[in-house]
Amino acid sequence: MLALDNIHVNYGAIVALRGVSLNVRENELVALIGANGAGKSTALSTIAGVLKPAGGTIIFQGESIAGLAPEKIIRRGIAMIPETREIFSGLTVMENLLLGGYIRKDTVEFKRDLERMIDLFPILGERLNQAADTLSGGEQQQLAIARALMSHPKLLMLDEPSLGLAPTLVNHVFKLVARLHAEGMTILLVEQNVNQTLKICDRVYLLKMGQVAAQGLPENLREHVDVESVYLGDRIDAQ
Amino acid sequence: MSFGSFLQFLIDTLSLGSLYALMALGMVIVYGILRLVNFAYGEYIMVAGYTLFLLSQSPVPWLIMALLSVLAAVGASYLTERVAFRPVREQTVTAMLITSFAVSTLYQNAALLFISPRAKLVPLPDIFSKSIVFAGLVVPLRNILAIIVTFALLGFFALLLKRTIIGIALRAAADKFTMTRMLGIPANLVIGAAFAIHGLLAGVVALFWFGRIGSVTPGIGLAPLLVAFIATVIGGMRSLLGAVVGGYVLALINVAFNNLLTQNFLEYRDAFTFSLVILILLLRPEGLVRAR
Repeated sequence: MLALDNIHVNYGAIVALRGVSLNVRENELVALIGANGAGKSTALSTIAGVLKPAGGTIIFQGESIAGLAPEKIIRRGIAMIPETREIFSGLTVMENLLLGGYIRKDTVEFKRDLERMIDLFPILGERLNQAADTLSGGEQQQLAIARALMSHPKLLMLDEPSLGLAPTLVNHVFKLVARLHAEGMTILLVEQNVNQTLKICDRVYLLKMGQVAAQGLPENLREHVDVESVYLGDRIDAQ
Repeated sequence: MSFGSFLQFLIDTLSLGSLYALMALGMVIVYGILRLVNFAYGEYIMVAGYTLFLLSQSPVPWLIMALLSVLAAVGASYLTERVAFRPVREQTVTAMLITSFAVSTLYQNAALLFISPRAKLVPLPDIFSKSIVFAGLVVPLRNILAIIVTFALLGFFALLLKRTIIGIALRAAADKFTMTRMLGIPANLVIGAAFAIHGLLAGVVALFWFGRIGSVTPGIGLAPLLVAFIATVIGGMRSLLGAVVGGYVLALINVAFNNLLTQNFLEYRDAFTFSLVILILLLRPEGLVRAR
């Protein structure tokens, strides 16, 4: 479904990604793990069109999407939830959800999806007319996910969805991601919470210093990689 | 203060503040999305003024002239975005700022070259020179009109921003522009709409600005530009509500000093006004209204 081949991304003189290649198949939940600064968020932002690659190709459903504007990428079916959630703070919950479905033309289906989001996230249903910046961190994360789902994406990319949440909410978020995956959603997940991530993902890529240092099934990666060393930046002895 | 003086003070503040609020609102709509203080903003007022002047010899009724001059300001604003700002949008804010200075200079020099450096009278309808007597006060009708038109426009924009998808998108873009694009809302649509509103507000302000001063010169845009800039700084650069509040507060300060200062000090009114603005900013550096 999605294939990155030899992607290079620079921030001025700083090289953020050095020849990253990865792929995501339909209905898969693929995780990207690695230490801070390894290039995980950069990879997602590049796929979403926020950053332009200096080299390499990105193919989504058989078509090149490298360098397309963000507004065109989402129309191809890729939605991203950024690490900072980027909730529109002065807008109500309802207005955030409406904008989430901006690219939709199917009014009836749109209304049905709105109801589905309220079923999936009951707390949002109770706060539809409340300003989004009055929601708690966990509620904002739910809103960010619901907003992304409103676009009916073929591929959902989540950047650190558990970041800054209380432990009980972290479990809730992982259960939600697992549930979306079980319902058939293709997901590319960036996470720092490696243990939880490895439990729910189908395959995993380990990024280090802007390169893919290891990849494979979660159980294999667990055997060959000292997960703690990933976050301490030690040498990785991985296959 | 007698009731009559208070009423006079209120009407003066509301009528002047209405123009300031519209100017400030137009500036914030573009600043919120592009983080650009468009220094060519005042030139759209000039464009509207010269359109009125150029149409003054024609048999066209004044209302049509006014409509065409507002449309000319909208066109000038949209054209500036399309031709000057769009090519440098991906560059730094400094590049856009310098572009706005260049556009401002270009418009002014075009007016100098193709029209005249001398002031040109703009046609005004009779209603602008009439007054009404209200509670013992003589109130110019143009002041009442300015208040009515401003309230109507503010009401219209409040509805547009709250009830339409493009309005909600504009508010979202002013908050988090990249995220707005990531939801599929085209950057060109949002920015184009913002510049059209930017020009529309400048055009409407122009009608009342020229209603007060009666003539247009190539450098006419500087004073309203400064007013808009100061009002937005007072109200909060990233808040639409703040821009309106800032406009009325600036007018309140101006009118208050007009009434309070003796003749000897009146020529220093701007110094007093700016001192008070500095004091407000020391107490509320982010402006009176916080962005949400």
